[in-house]
Amino acid sequence: MTCLIMLASGIHFVLLVSRQGKVRLTKWYSPYAQKERSKVIRELSGVILNRGPKLCNFVEWRGYKVVYKRYASLYFCMCIDQEDNELEVLEIIHHYVEILDRYFGSVCELDLIFNFHKAYYILDELLIAGELQESSKKTVARIISAQDQLVEVAKEEASSISNIIAQATK
Amino acid sequence: MTGMRGLSVFISDIRNCQNKEAERLRVDKELGNIRTCFKNEKVLTPYKKKKYVWKMLYIHMLGYDVDFGHMEAVSLISAPKYPEKQVGYIVTSCLLNENNDFLKLAINTVRNDIIGRNETFQCLALTLVGNIGGRDFSESLAPDVQKLLISSSCRPLVRKKAALCLLRLFRKNPDAVNVDGWADRMAQLLDERDIGVLTSSTSLLVALVSNNHEAYSSCLPKCVKILERLSRNQDVPQEYTYYGIPSPWLQVKAMRALQYFPTIEDPSTRKALFEVLQRILMGTDVVKNVNKNNASHAVLFEALSLVMHLDAEKEMMSQCVALLGKFISVREPNIRYLGLENMTRMLMITDVQDIIKKHQSQIITSLKDPDISIRRRALDLLYGMCDVSNAKDIVEELLQYLSTAEFSMREELSLKAAILAEKFAPDLSWYVDVILQLIDKAGDFVSDDIWFRVVQFVTNNEDLQPYAASKAREYLDKIAIHETMVKVSAYILGEYGHLLARQPGCSASELFNILHEKLPTVSTPTIPILLSTYAKLLMHTQPPDPELQKKIWAVFKKYESCIDVEIQQRAVEYFELSKKGAAFMDVLAEMPKFPERQSSLIKKAEDVEDTADQSAIKLRAQQQPSNALVLAEPQPVNGAPSPLKVPIVSGSTQDPDSVARSLSQPNGTIGNIDPQIPSPDLLSDLLGPLAIEAAPEAVSTDQHGPIGAEGVPEEVDGSAIVPVEEQTNSTELIGNIAERFHALCLKDSGVLYEDSHVQIGIKAEWRGHHGRLVLFMGNKNTSPLTSVQALILPPAHLKLDLSPVPDTIPPRAQVQSPLEVMNIRPSRDVAVLDFSYKFGTNMVNAKLRIPATLNKFLQPLQLTSEEFFPQWRALSGPPLKLQEVVRGVRPLALPEMANLFNSFHVTVCPGLDPNPNNLVASTTFYSESTGAMLCLARIETDPADRTQLRMTVGSGDPSLTFELKEFIKEQLITIPMGSRAIVPAAGSGPAQPVAQPPSPATLADDPGALLAGLL
Repeated sequence: MTCLIMLASGIHFVLLVSRQGKVRLTKWYSPYAQKERSKVIRELSGVILNRGPKLCNFVEWRGYKVVYKRYASLYFCMCIDQEDNELEVLEIIHHYVEILDRYFGSVCELDLIFNFHKAYYILDELLIAGELQESSKKTVARIISAQDQLVEVAKEEASSISNIIAQATK
Repeated sequence: MTGMRGLSVFISDIRNCQNKEAERLRVDKELGNIRTCFKNEKVLTPYKKKKYVWKMLYIHMLGYDVDFGHMEAVSLISAPKYPEKQVGYIVTSCLLNENNDFLKLAINTVRNDIIGRNETFQCLALTLVGNIGGRDFSESLAPDVQKLLISSSCRPLVRKKAALCLLRLFRKNPDAVNVDGWADRMAQLLDERDIGVLTSSTSLLVALVSNNHEAYSSCLPKCVKILERLSRNQDVPQEYTYYGIPSPWLQVKAMRALQYFPTIEDPSTRKALFEVLQRILMGTDVVKNVNKNNASHAVLFEALSLVMHLDAEKEMMSQCVALLGKFISVREPNIRYLGLENMTRMLMITDVQDIIKKHQSQIITSLKDPDISIRRRALDLLYGMCDVSNAKDIVEELLQYLSTAEFSMREELSLKAAILAEKFAPDLSWYVDVILQLIDKAGDFVSDDIWFRVVQFVTNNEDLQPYAASKAREYLDKIAIHETMVKVSAYILGEYGHLLARQPGCSASELFNILHEKLPTVSTPTIPILLSTYAKLLMHTQPPDPELQKKIWAVFKKYESCIDVEIQQRAVEYFELSKKGAAFMDVLAEMPKFPERQSSLIKKAEDVEDTADQSAIKLRAQQQPSNALVLAEPQPVNGAPSPLKVPIVSGSTQDPDSVARSLSQPNGTIGNIDPQIPSPDLLSDLLGPLAIEAAPEAVSTDQHGPIGAEGVPEEVDGSAIVPVEEQTNSTELIGNIAERFHALCLKDSGVLYEDSHVQIGIKAEWRGHHGRLVLFMGNKNTSPLTSVQALILPPAHLKLDLSPVPDTIPPRAQVQSPLEVMNIRPSRDVAVLDFSYKFGTNMVNAKLRIPATLNKFLQPLQLTSEEFFPQWRALSGPPLKLQEVVRGVRPLALPEMANLFNSFHVTVCPGLDPNPNNLVASTTFYSESTGAMLCLARIETDPADRTQLRMTVGSGDPSLTFELKEFIKEQLITIPMGSRAIVPAAGSGPAQPVAQPPSPATLADDPGALLAGLL
């Protein structure tokens, strides 16, 4: 039987955008082509950046809901379906921010600009398929630091090998 | 960034760019650089490769196209070392989406990492597949991922990723998870102690039960257990409490899963669950800490929807309503927003409506909130809760809000206000007030339907006429009024202005002066209405006012040679008529009452009813013009009997002098007009050909000039000049075109059109989204038909290819012409065949709808309850699943209705719905854009009232759902055996030089057209 009916799909995408409209991170869990991606970002930053303070954290957009929250100069946005639980997603955002904060030690926008890859690594430990994967900050921190270590070890290995080669070719 | 200097420098450069142009230059330079490196350096060091793909990702993130280097990113996945692999995986999963072909190349490497022994590699691979895996991945990897999820040797780290990865694969292909083997495993997974794994597994469960809850019924008590564990805070490690709340996310997930089970049978499980829910409902307090508040309310709102779903005891329900009542009055915007949203959902439960009404003033306050999100919720809720008892208050609030509402909301607001006003108006004068205010405040959003409706009500209710006239007069004093206001007030004052004659400022000449001031500001379509009004004003002036007459005649004279045919015709005719004295009075007598007809607005209202979803209104509004494509049947030629003689104007062939001549002929031209006011039925039949400029009526090519342009004398002249035997030339329509079309909608061969000379038959074969039709055109005469032309006017959603039709059909011969049809996307629009031929001196033209209707692309499909219900539930609501209460349904017994459904290939699945008054049905729709798509429908009838029913239609495509719903509705409402002989051709067909976009409804309703009709 042909069946193309979509199941509830979790978070469609995550978008971090600065107050000036600069994109700091995008992660797409639903398939969007490059053109659509740019359009979505443009449209949505227009809507969200123009909202005043003290309003609710939800915006209705193209039949979806976008849950967003501003932290200093950065807006964290997540797009979900109409019937999803908005507050739950709002706290996923906060959870992510807390983890970033713990990792960078009082995170600021600059950290995320120059270490955008870290923001991606951490997000991957938090969400998969647009669903929450881990709700323990401690566990995420442990995993990320293990990854960092793996990279360090590999680097040391590489440099010791190059030392050996350097020695040998002296 | 550790050690990646080049990347940091690049990011700094970008940051230092003064403007977008500088940024683009810098990005282009970098892309050129990367491209050259990828091309020239055969062996890039891992470091460089990493650096470049990170730059690519950064550039991509900034919104630039990065259309190369994907291969390099993907190739890093197969690097042996962790640092390269990690970069490869993450950049690939950000840069590519599931449809990218490069991903297919990586499947093997990814699979090797998943089944390999290296835990960190497993994690990377599972993350990539979980985030961007498509169908290909689903087919080849699902068993491996399942193994990891249940493996006792895997650490939680891997298993929680495996659970969500499997969820993704299942979403892409539900067959990837074999229900038989998996249900027990799933239940075991819910016994997991590690909350990370449990959270991911519960997400997986939500997807599985949404598809097939029966198979996973053993998971139900486990979900309740999880909730008990969390709500009592038993065995929950500190790191899994969030601001003191035991994993709010897991609580929400478990309650979400429970909402996919229709009910909870086991009494002890039910009891345990209700205890948990009770604790949540009672024990959630508003606290200072924002995050704690949000988290606890996330749980609370989920509990509320679970309670609503379970349709719990009355006491618990009223507890929920009380809570919502509290929420909609708090200041915290999130809670207020959600309170309004959930209250709207609660409206579906009938016996709480009265309690909700108590909060009306509070809800109205939210309509004035500074936050548009909240205002939207309040508007939806007010719209949903409105009935006769509170319509006045609510509509007046909406009108007030309209003045300050932002542009983006005005359209929705006006439409909703108009709908509510019409549906629940306590009295008609209030209704007129509301609509006039609406036009005044938001004229741009008041469609013609709405003001036509006002005119109909006023015409049909004598008591209302003086009131409406004085209101209309008041609005004219405003300095700048909307053009729609000009139209409606001109119309009303033309008809009923004389009722005000004794009031100051309301004499005919004063009315003329104030209306005529508006004329320079209006567009072409409004001018004919004004001209009609002037004629009426003139007629009502007793004794005649020579001054006024002079002024009005000057206006008529001025437009006598206007390029717009409609204006020209009216100017000429009114001018001539106004010289006729008594006859003038007859012709311009007051309009007869309109026949009762369904309001198109209410139809719109029904579209949006129960869905509270704006997109439906919009969708509908966008589609309306194209739906107007309806056939016109050829007019009888050469004075064939017609119930009432009327002048027919055939577009540009009109010669003003001839009209003037004919009108001024002494032999009682006007007097021949049947002085009786035609009965409403007759009237509506006559409206058609009059109202349109390019009606495809037959035009005789002999020297008599345009048929009908001369009005009545034509009959006399015609019979005198045309030789008797020539009379057989006249074309007589055989059968009813509309009936023939409706019959062909349900079968695949038959006669599409027949007149005294020609017969067009049709034979069709349908396969998937393709159709092959053959048109058989037969000449019934002993002389040839010449100038045969068949043109297809295709709607946007069909691709049609008609083989050429020969110019001549020999006597007694038949020609065949195949027509290929391809359905591109769902739509109810219909293709039209513009067919014409010449017989003797007569040109005959017919516009015929081709029965390539939506149902032709449906294939019957009968589902079992195991197949039906999971799909049904998976469609969670608008826009994929739409519900509507349909009124005015042709009363049918249930078996008859089932036959009707089956006849258009929507297969009724007997016995699926436990309620014997309901029908559920399924079908497969085919189009190029949707492919083969399953559609489901449910009809709930009311045995006490067979004229109304509730229907719910769902499919995986919003426009398909909408179109199919409308299609079914049309089948249920319309009586295909329409006896209307003449339906105007109209609409967006490219061949028609139509000034206004008329639809049959608007034409019939256009008072201006009606007026012209009496001439």
